[in-house]
Amino acid sequence: MCLAVPGKVVEWRDRDPPFASALVTFGGIQRCINMACMTDVSLGDYVLVHAGIAISRIDPDEAAKVWATLERIDLDEMEIGDRSDTVIDEE
Amino acid sequence: MQYVDEYRQPELCRQLIAEIRQLATRRWTIMEVCGGQTHGLLRYGIDSELRDVVRLIHGPGCPVCVTPLESIDFATQLARRQDVVLASFGDMLRVPGSRENLLQVRADGGNVKIVYSPLDAVEIAASHPERQVVFFAVGFETTTPATALAVHQADRRDLENFYLLVSHVRVLPAMEMLMAGKDNSVQGFLGAGHVCTVAGYQCYEEFAREHNVPVVVTGFEPVDLLSGILECVRQLEGGEAEVCNRYSRTALAEGNRKALEIINDVYEICDQSWRGLGTIADGGLSLREKWARFDATKRFTQLDLPIIESTWCRSGEVLSGRIKPIECEHFSTSCTPESPLGAPMVSAEGACAAYYRYACDLTQQSVPELL
Repeated sequence: MCLAVPGKVVEWRDRDPPFASALVTFGGIQRCINMACMTDVSLGDYVLVHAGIAISRIDPDEAAKVWATLERIDLDEMEIGDRSDTVIDEE
Repeated sequence: MQYVDEYRQPELCRQLIAEIRQLATRRWTIMEVCGGQTHGLLRYGIDSELRDVVRLIHGPGCPVCVTPLESIDFATQLARRQDVVLASFGDMLRVPGSRENLLQVRADGGNVKIVYSPLDAVEIAASHPERQVVFFAVGFETTTPATALAVHQADRRDLENFYLLVSHVRVLPAMEMLMAGKDNSVQGFLGAGHVCTVAGYQCYEEFAREHNVPVVVTGFEPVDLLSGILECVRQLEGGEAEVCNRYSRTALAEGNRKALEIINDVYEICDQSWRGLGTIADGGLSLREKWARFDATKRFTQLDLPIIESTWCRSGEVLSGRIKPIECEHFSTSCTPESPLGAPMVSAEGACAAYYRYACDLTQQSVPELL
């Protein structure tokens, strides 16, 4: 139940809380999402969406820091640069 | 999908597993509190891959599973009323009540609507003024902003036919209860990442210090889970007990301030009955008096029918990590998703459902290895 999906904010629709909303795209699927808890995000920002509500912003700098941390833990000759080619398939 | 796919790379997972193995000098017991993480650990085989160095046990982080039977019964009663639309997350429909579940009520003609968001229930109320719309508000801190916003929206739209049947629960009091248990074996926690995006994680500082137990906030993808386990093992090996954030791309120490303001305006902390676990002090939320007009328990009267819990179901032991689902004698025999004895077998986040889905074929021969 606590699962949340990352999506990119592409267009503001309403700025009036509690009805604040924006169009958010999830890998090509767009949906109008309530933004009352995330009124200060910009277009192009990624947010985590749960039950129709944006609950947090995804910070690209912090996301990059995690990779830096993982690199430090001796990842041998791993190719960190291209991270998108091999993924475990969704069911 | 960005911020998902890159956290599922098999090669990175293998490296993290190797690192965990290298660090661990003994077998540590770590509990994940969130049911979404339970499913991730089972789905990607992390629990069985690490079983010789880490014993992963599963906590009470499935809000569907811990929703009190009394509330399930009330929801089924409401759904049978001609004047009511009972709106709910889909997870709740198969949860066994004393006599029936919401799916059976719907099959009998009861008006049960599955919604993606509580705000969808507000829309139903606005477009059906002739009906009383009740949203079954279950969930941890992750979900409370959505139901609190539903109240704010219904208020602004002057809706007089929208109600919440509230059964919200709070994670930290449940963790406190587990640590206070005499047979507690938890040595480290994986903190529930999405709960922390809303509620923050600084609230765990005192808990970690008091119980001398590491709390590592982490996400749901395999790389997230493994890096959380790695940090937990690192702390345990070093004798540390700190709160550490391994989900820093989206969880902040203070949480989401706007969301917390909205939650605090609508709800107050209360003692809460958790199905299978009993009453937990400060373990839930209830509507504040100023929003009492949206409280389904004040608008409708629950019929005085006996509450009948299955005497076979061992969900309390599963939810507190005392047994794994496959240790229950009813698992996959007299208890299956089609014919469940308890909620953990049907909830999308239930530990029993996770084992049934991802580890059932192993149960006949490999039970000892998975324990």
